[in-house]
Amino acid sequence: MASTWKELLVILISSSLVSNVVLSQFLGLCPFLGVSKKVETAAGMGTAVIFVITLASAVAGLIYQYILVPLDITYLQTIVFILVIAALVQFVEMVLKKFMPGLYVALGVYLPLITTNCAVLGVALKNVQKQYGILPSIVNGFATAAGFTVAIVILAGIREKIEYNDVPQSFKGMPIVLVTAGLMAIVFCGFAGLLRG
Amino acid sequence: MNHDSAGERLYNGIIKENPTLVLMLGMCPTLAVTTSAINGLGMGLTTMVVLALSNAIISLLRGIIPDKVRIPAFIVIIASFVTVVQMVLQAYLPFLYDALGIYIPLIVVNCIILGRAESYASKNPVLPSLFDGIGMGLGFSVALTIIGAVREILGAGEVFGFHFMPASYVPFSIFVLAPGAFFVLAVLTAIQNKVKIMGEKKGRDMSKIQSGCHSDCASCTDSGCGRRFYGGSGKEEAADKKAAGREHTQGEVK
Repeated sequence: MASTWKELLVILISSSLVSNVVLSQFLGLCPFLGVSKKVETAAGMGTAVIFVITLASAVAGLIYQYILVPLDITYLQTIVFILVIAALVQFVEMVLKKFMPGLYVALGVYLPLITTNCAVLGVALKNVQKQYGILPSIVNGFATAAGFTVAIVILAGIREKIEYNDVPQSFKGMPIVLVTAGLMAIVFCGFAGLLRG
Repeated sequence: MNHDSAGERLYNGIIKENPTLVLMLGMCPTLAVTTSAINGLGMGLTTMVVLALSNAIISLLRGIIPDKVRIPAFIVIIASFVTVVQMVLQAYLPFLYDALGIYIPLIVVNCIILGRAESYASKNPVLPSLFDGIGMGLGFSVALTIIGAVREILGAGEVFGFHFMPASYVPFSIFVLAPGAFFVLAVLTAIQNKVKIMGEKKGRDMSKIQSGCHSDCASCTDSGCGRRFYGGSGKEEAADKKAAGREHTQGEVK
């Protein structure tokens, strides 16, 4: 559990930029392609994802460390995590509605869409796979979600511009968005040099 | 209740409603594991096993599971089979287990599986449901193998270990990296668009083909992947409104 600042910083950079969750891991692709038509909606979705993933990786980390490991039932992690995430999203929705109506109005629409977002489960599983403690798990969750938000907001910005361009008929709609995402993925490959130095 | 024959179910899954090439479902694993044909095939077959078994069990339990808790119940059944399959792979096919990595447990959130459970297995008898799962799984495998083969041929000049590009061919290694996945899928959806446009010109009903329409995973929970989010222009707003409306009704219930 002795996680130094340096370790946490490396996790932060590698999870948000170097191995970006959508552009190199392909997790959370559905909302990435689906909710990226306007910058405003994309930013809302991104914020909701940051909120849920950070919370989910904390809760999943705690459950793994203090329930699954002592009972020696770590093989149940997939089942436990997916149920915990589904319950957590419902719970967050209720809490926000009751105590933070302002935030609820801003994020509420996106919360049900996140339940089956594979990025949430993916982060929880990655944390276990990499044997992160609680704090690194939370940092990893936050960084991954921040990477998602950066990617989706950039894509939405580009898509708003593409609207005015003359795209070949067959490439209209999703194909041109995928080409854009591919080009963005190439750009994000460039971040790989960040951690080598 | 329609008692479809096994052959009809297989044909439906592989050709008519191919989950990847026609319906465009389950895109995350499709892009992530197709760095080579063998990985694509492995992922496809793994998903097929889970799909067939969970379809069969869900169909057996369709009279017992109360309607209100059916989605959590389906997810638990699917997650159990995924865990079993994961352990089997780890024990007997460790190379595939290492290659697919985190994407094996993520089969749980593959919308094809929950979609079939919701739209077919929960309404039909065991045998057709089993074959529906096998058919859809085979369709998924075929699509993943093709995409994997294309990426491997372009990116590494070989497929299934056979070198058949001329020696002077310099592979575009970008095709086995992440950006290549997006480009291959872009071309695939463009071909779909083309087929759709040509079919519509001839007056055929092409509404089955969901070209470029990525149904959001969450929509599975509503109508078995029937809700196509964010297709062409203007659909996104409708989806947003729908989501907002759903939110609203949920709030009222509480």
